[in-house]
Amino acid sequence: MTVDLVDRRLVFVTGKGGTGKTIVASALALFAAGRGKRVLVCEVDGKGDVAGFFEAGPTGFAERELAPGVFVMTMDTEASLREYLKLQLKVPVVGRIGPVAKAFDFVATAAPGVREILTVGKLCYEVRERHYDLVVVDAPASGHVVGQLAAPQAINELVRVGLIRSQTDWMLEILSDPDQTALVAVCTPEEMPVNETLELAARVRDETTVSLAAVVVNRVLPELFSQREEAVFEELRTPAAVGVLDGGVGGDVTPVLEAARLAVTMRRSRAVHLARLREGIDPTVPLLYLPFMFTRSLGLRAARLLAQALGEELGY
Amino acid sequence: MSRRQARGAPAGRSEPAATVEGLLSAREIVIACGPGGVGKTTTAAATAVMAALHHGGKVLVLTVDPAKRLANALGLEGIGNSERRVPASAFRGAGVKPRGELWAAMLDTKESWDDLIRRHAPDTRTRDEILANPLYQNISGRFVQSHDYIAMERLFEIHSEGDYDLIVVDTPPTRNALDFLDAPQRMADFFSSRLLRWLIVPYRSKLVNVATRPFYQVADRILGTQFLADISEFFILFQSMYDGFVQRAESVGRLLSDRRTTFMVVSTLEAVPLREAEFFARELTGRSLHLGAVVLNKVLPDFLRDPAAAAVAGALQERRAELAGALSAAARGPLGDPVQVERVLVEVAESFLNFRVVALREAEERAHLGSAPEVLATVPFFDHDIYDLAGLVRLGEQIWE
Repeated sequence: MTVDLVDRRLVFVTGKGGTGKTIVASALALFAAGRGKRVLVCEVDGKGDVAGFFEAGPTGFAERELAPGVFVMTMDTEASLREYLKLQLKVPVVGRIGPVAKAFDFVATAAPGVREILTVGKLCYEVRERHYDLVVVDAPASGHVVGQLAAPQAINELVRVGLIRSQTDWMLEILSDPDQTALVAVCTPEEMPVNETLELAARVRDETTVSLAAVVVNRVLPELFSQREEAVFEELRTPAAVGVLDGGVGGDVTPVLEAARLAVTMRRSRAVHLARLREGIDPTVPLLYLPFMFTRSLGLRAARLLAQALGEELGY
Repeated sequence: MSRRQARGAPAGRSEPAATVEGLLSAREIVIACGPGGVGKTTTAAATAVMAALHHGGKVLVLTVDPAKRLANALGLEGIGNSERRVPASAFRGAGVKPRGELWAAMLDTKESWDDLIRRHAPDTRTRDEILANPLYQNISGRFVQSHDYIAMERLFEIHSEGDYDLIVVDTPPTRNALDFLDAPQRMADFFSSRLLRWLIVPYRSKLVNVATRPFYQVADRILGTQFLADISEFFILFQSMYDGFVQRAESVGRLLSDRRTTFMVVSTLEAVPLREAEFFARELTGRSLHLGAVVLNKVLPDFLRDPAAAAVAGALQERRAELAGALSAAARGPLGDPVQVERVLVEVAESFLNFRVVALREAEERAHLGSAPEVLATVPFFDHDIYDLAGLVRLGEQIWE
């Protein structure tokens, strides 16, 4: 890694749906804030899940400080356009924005990349203006993030003149600089998430100028037993041992043993996919392992626990 | 693992539609939808397998992005858009004999779009110009929402050909679970938009009226004239297909609300996906679409929540020394080392209590389920991946009755 992940300026966190990319993005922000950084978390999907992990009400385009040093905003391309027009074009905004935004929305539907450029543009703008030390993006799921990251390049090729063209140049500069910008892929040790992560890594390499800085392997189950202990465990499941245990505790130990067996087989079938992941990802890209959260709810407490674990994985 | 209680369909109740089997017996289309990463594809495939096994007739599973091993099992490897019959040998391998035929097809978005253009283009020149237009290639290849539309379009196409008794559709992963429902309407709106005419006007006549001038000034400054011209050219070409397109989109929309169609919302009991699934279920009902089933996947076994078992786990920890002593006195071999036995007992008990926390969390989520589908099915956590027909049958049996 050239520059430590938390010392970069713009980190996109993506992953297949259901792998926990939002909680990982939240944990990364919490960890960086804990190290004294001023962090902006931008939620691009707009489902409001980031605020959920901070146990706060819904967020909007204007950022809100949800934890000390952690500011959260929700991307809104129309608001982004409005801000852009105000800053760049000095267009009188109030009143006029309605039809312009509508037209823009329409064009954006037809010409992919236009909407994406407003999102990426806003993010790069925050980086360039140095309002924050770190911008963490809760980015769209793997398949969609490539389109977003590739948008400045695509627009650059599609639009030959005009303001957008000149705007994409400086965006590309930020996105292509591995000291400033990083992509983090979140994965779980299961078949489809691993497949999708491998695919994503290849597409990011081929279609974007952004560098994959790390793969976070989320929800890793604990290793219960060493090899010798596993032999003990197998022995405990024999009828004779179960009889002794049942008598000793005055109850049925079978469900308890069965739960441990389930945990062991779950971990084992996941190990296969982990191995596949390690093999398929460029060896210079680190895998960061985060534990399965056995917590009552997945809120701020779980996010803080994950932040701690993430810090340890990053070597702090 | 197998100690599942079918709470979705309590014993003794026998309304015909209270099982997935009953639900599907009177439908022609099942659309599996829900958040990403919950086993939608596998559930759709398992449902189709069960229908082919028990109902007979021709059953098609139209899938979007199956895992490689599953695609292999269904014989879908590298076949693009065409439909394939799952060979009888695959069923024999799984030890079952289907009453009907199982067919499978994968959705190739680009190919489906091209087919659509070929069908609607008024002449070969327009067709070729559209197929070569860079904006069209962008839309058909990369435009995320176009997957949603094309999935529904393909469904319509296959259904109207009438080759199948039942079609099970696996929906593409979307940013928003509703996108594909809205896709046909959005597509129709898109092509009938007034803005479309606005955009085209200056390239047809040099007349730009007072009302539209500010728009062009801004659009020009943002996008550049050339880009606007490219867009307009694309729309002018597309206009020739306007009627066919809008009509088609409307038919697709009608098919979704037809009473031969039902929806199956798939989720896990994790908070985030479940919230999304619930939202989706509410929307379906709100739009008068048929919410046939909710399938909850990867549900942890019930015994984890048993308070008696939790007490036993606690006792295992507390009395570990005593228990290890008793065990090592009675046996040789691995149990001969009381220190190690103690450690294992602690791990076993802790692991149980850990998973119990998750199981309780999930039960709480489940208790708050607001939607009321005809069928609520629960599928236990399988300790191995499902990647062949035998696995699909195993999963299917959990939802079927």
